[in-house]
Amino acid sequence: MVEAGRSPNIEILTNADFLSLSGQAGDFAATVRIRPRYINADDCTACGLCTTYCPRHQVDEYNEGLAITRPIHIDYPQAVPATYYIDPRSCLYLQHDTCQICVPVCQSKAIDFSQQPEERLLNVGAVILSPGFGRIPDEAMTKYSYGKHPDVVTSLEFERLLNPSGPFKGEVRCLSDQRHPHRLAFIQCVGSRDLGCNNGYCSSVCCMYAIKEAMVAKEHDPETDITIYYMDIRTQGKDFDAAQKRAEDMGIKFVRARVADVMPWGDHLRLTYSTLDGGHRFEPFDMVVLSVGLDSPADARPLAAISGIELNNYDFCQTDTYAPLATSRPGVFVAGAFQGPKDIPESVTQSSGVAGIVSSLLKTERGKGFIHKTYPDEKPLGDEVRIGVFVCHCGINIGRVVDVPKVSNYAGDMENVVYYTESLYSCSQDAQEVLKEKIKEHNLNRVVIAACSPRTHEPLFQETLKDAGLNRSLFEMVNIRDQCSWVHANEPKAATDKSMDLVRMAVAKARHIQPLPEQTVPALAKGLVIGGGVAGMTAALNLAGQGYPCYLVEREADLGGYFGHLEYVKDLAEQVKKTKLIELFTSAELVQTNGFVGNYTSIVKTAEQEHSVDHGAVIIATGGREHRPDTVLGNQIVYSDAVITQKEFTSRLAGKSGKAAPDSVVMIQCAGSRGDDLQYCSKICCNNAIQNALKLKALNPKSQVVVLYRDIRAYGYNEDAYREARELGVLFVPYTMDRKPLINQKGKKIGVSFFDPILQEDLTLTPQLLVLSVGIVPGDTDALSKLLKVPVNANKFFLEAHVKLRPVELPVDGVYVCGLAHSPKPVDEIIVQAQAAAAKAAIPMVKGYVSVDPIVSNVNKDQCIGCGLCVSLCPYQAIQMFKGEDNKKKAETIVASCKACGICAAHCPTFAISMGGFTNEQIMSQIKAFGEITEEVTKE
Amino acid sequence: MAEAQKSRAGSVMIVGGGIAGVQAALDLTELGYYVYLVEKSAAIGGVMAQLDKTFPTNDCSL
Repeated sequence: MVEAGRSPNIEILTNADFLSLSGQAGDFAATVRIRPRYINADDCTACGLCTTYCPRHQVDEYNEGLAITRPIHIDYPQAVPATYYIDPRSCLYLQHDTCQICVPVCQSKAIDFSQQPEERLLNVGAVILSPGFGRIPDEAMTKYSYGKHPDVVTSLEFERLLNPSGPFKGEVRCLSDQRHPHRLAFIQCVGSRDLGCNNGYCSSVCCMYAIKEAMVAKEHDPETDITIYYMDIRTQGKDFDAAQKRAEDMGIKFVRARVADVMPWGDHLRLTYSTLDGGHRFEPFDMVVLSVGLDSPADARPLAAISGIELNNYDFCQTDTYAPLATSRPGVFVAGAFQGPKDIPESVTQSSGVAGIVSSLLKTERGKGFIHKTYPDEKPLGDEVRIGVFVCHCGINIGRVVDVPKVSNYAGDMENVVYYTESLYSCSQDAQEVLKEKIKEHNLNRVVIAACSPRTHEPLFQETLKDAGLNRSLFEMVNIRDQCSWVHANEPKAATDKSMDLVRMAVAKARHIQPLPEQTVPALAKGLVIGGGVAGMTAALNLAGQGYPCYLVEREADLGGYFGHLEYVKDLAEQVKKTKLIELFTSAELVQTNGFVGNYTSIVKTAEQEHSVDHGAVIIATGGREHRPDTVLGNQIVYSDAVITQKEFTSRLAGKSGKAAPDSVVMIQCAGSRGDDLQYCSKICCNNAIQNALKLKALNPKSQVVVLYRDIRAYGYNEDAYREARELGVLFVPYTMDRKPLINQKGKKIGVSFFDPILQEDLTLTPQLLVLSVGIVPGDTDALSKLLKVPVNANKFFLEAHVKLRPVELPVDGVYVCGLAHSPKPVDEIIVQAQAAAAKAAIPMVKGYVSVDPIVSNVNKDQCIGCGLCVSLCPYQAIQMFKGEDNKKKAETIVASCKACGICAAHCPTFAISMGGFTNEQIMSQIKAFGEITEEVTKE
Repeated sequence: MAEAQKSRAGSVMIVGGGIAGVQAALDLTELGYYVYLVEKSAAIGGVMAQLDKTFPTNDCSL
């Protein structure tokens, strides 16, 4: 978010309404109305004084109405833009022409009631709709006493209760009398899988977030008794089942039941539910959390009308399986929950995917509107160290606890400090101007700022240094907010002493800081895609679409992979063969890869010869295959004409012969998945089973179909097909792992025995066909994992760099993953992931280089003994050995891959490695300075 | 800024500044495009900014 706020190429228009869209792909004209904030963003320092003086109360929407704020406020301190705003619906002046107390209170004179709405015309090449999701209507929650009893809350309200910035500062308390709830219930599928509120779909995310919230609540108070009432646990995402297992191990109870109602019951709530065996029970609870689904955005219809796109029957954006991010209007795309309910990693993946598509659509216009920021040349430093120290009050955030003038004066007495001052807000716009002026006026060549966290503000100050002609490394930041005024809020003297210690240490370090070069490494604009299935072909075509060539390596003789039987995939293969920018190797294998991001050389082996190829990025799309276990749920299996896999059944149903449609079929779900053999959920099997059952019913309506399952994971719109199948008479019977179905194979005769929890009886069926929903296993990922030095998880799927925020990137820069090699998933999700991987891979190609953070590690070749310890420890493959003079082995940093973690420097036995900005000399001088307690600090 | 407004194509409008919109904006700028990020509320971040911890890293969502 902060990154978006700082980019010169992202213009953030908040308080803005999208009004109209005309034109066509590549040349749209959009109008946007920007409502006034009544506060001038350039002047507001976000000090918060206005909120303390504002006399009017208002419900805090950011806290889901669980707290009170004022009409003039900011939603949360880290908001971007970090500017307060006035809510015109409740401001006394804007409603009643009175008050205006805030105007004289604001010291930076930022409040401007004369602001008017402004209309902007934007000429854009493409439009992306990402309005998110809406709220489940209150009517869907009234039977649970929502709105009638304060201790019935939605999951989002509960999220705020758990949050340290929430109404009780992270303590979970009942809203009725603020007691800690001892018994807590979650009710799943509120407003989802519910035709009563026209939400027939499954919201896909609620099971997982309920598990997360329950676990966090349990961490807050391990004594809390938590029960989750569910219909099916849909934790189909990567490693989600493992999370549910952890929740169970923590003592969180899962009860398969429908909840009839929740009613007030003395001081408590009474929850009535019915179980599969027909039993009705009730339980008392202190608090009930409703796992509300994701509704379509409240303004979906006007938005669709303005943008000229079609919606589906649930008012989400209408899209196609094979073009999941395209709307019905060319040039207008969709990403995130508006495309269909989904979680954060999938939203993030869709966003990157849509960026890849737009990048391909507009490639001839790329860079035309782009702003490249330039800086003055760096001025020579001179021999004398001239340090400037700036101590920040952060409004009252630091100043209320720490004696800021004392700290500032203390710094002024130190050697080499030629200028010192205090400022109210050192991060404000005007403070940046002051900083630049003072650097010039006093010829400062090192800057120390004692303020808040470098994590959020270091880039801002470094930017100012660059504007003033200083290298950005000539900067040291001291965090006297988090480390002093916050943690020692009740000990002002100790907080002040500690601030002085930290400033003294920073100045000691600053004396030794040297400018570090801004390095870039050239990157080759060519990709290598491994695997020619849906994922690999989509990624290769997207790269080519963006204008970048790539090699596509397929192990088999034909393209296609796991989904090769689909017509769509056959068309895709034809398209790949026709694309000139894609150089195809079939019956080929990657046997060797050397290099680093932007600069790889690999050897691809085909039947005829070995090809050496140069490329800048690697996209892993090695896919997966059907898992064919010999034992299913403890039963020996002999695959035959009468015992087949779900995938084989799909092919059989696609055939024309009447034999494709037997009169009786039993399907067994999770045959080999979810702890039977494989430890994970294969995600696509439930929906494949439902689709096949529907096809069978269409071919042979008399056919009897029984599906034995553990949880039907018909997430998203698949729920519609699940409902249809049940309406057509397909029987779905759940089994549990302590009462598994028994399979009896005698020649061609098959017997399947299982316990029916509704009849409470054991049944035996003798179907013509037994279909096993076997799972998906990744291809041979071990070899590739070693070759590219990228990790796989316990289930041998490639492990992404960050599950939520970097879902297609691997920890090694320049290597990306998509498709079944990442985890089991259906075709539409694979397509999106492949487009996302191609978008990410194209970034260094567009730039032509990779930027290197100046704080990377550096090996002193004279001190290096070539032991290779650093190479084995580096988690990013960023150090390599080479033979130096005298043929001696030496280590060297691959700066393009280095993340500056410092592991190598900490372990080097000869201290040959130092980190830019954290040299041994700098760190030692800091430590020494810490010991030099001066009289100033000790007296009193 | 003025030059960017003059250019017709080469820029992209994103409607909605939640995690999806923000991520698309960041990727598009990295790919060489100028982005208008249109958000109806007073700040970007969407629902994700309201969340406490996120699975499985327990990262703060800001």
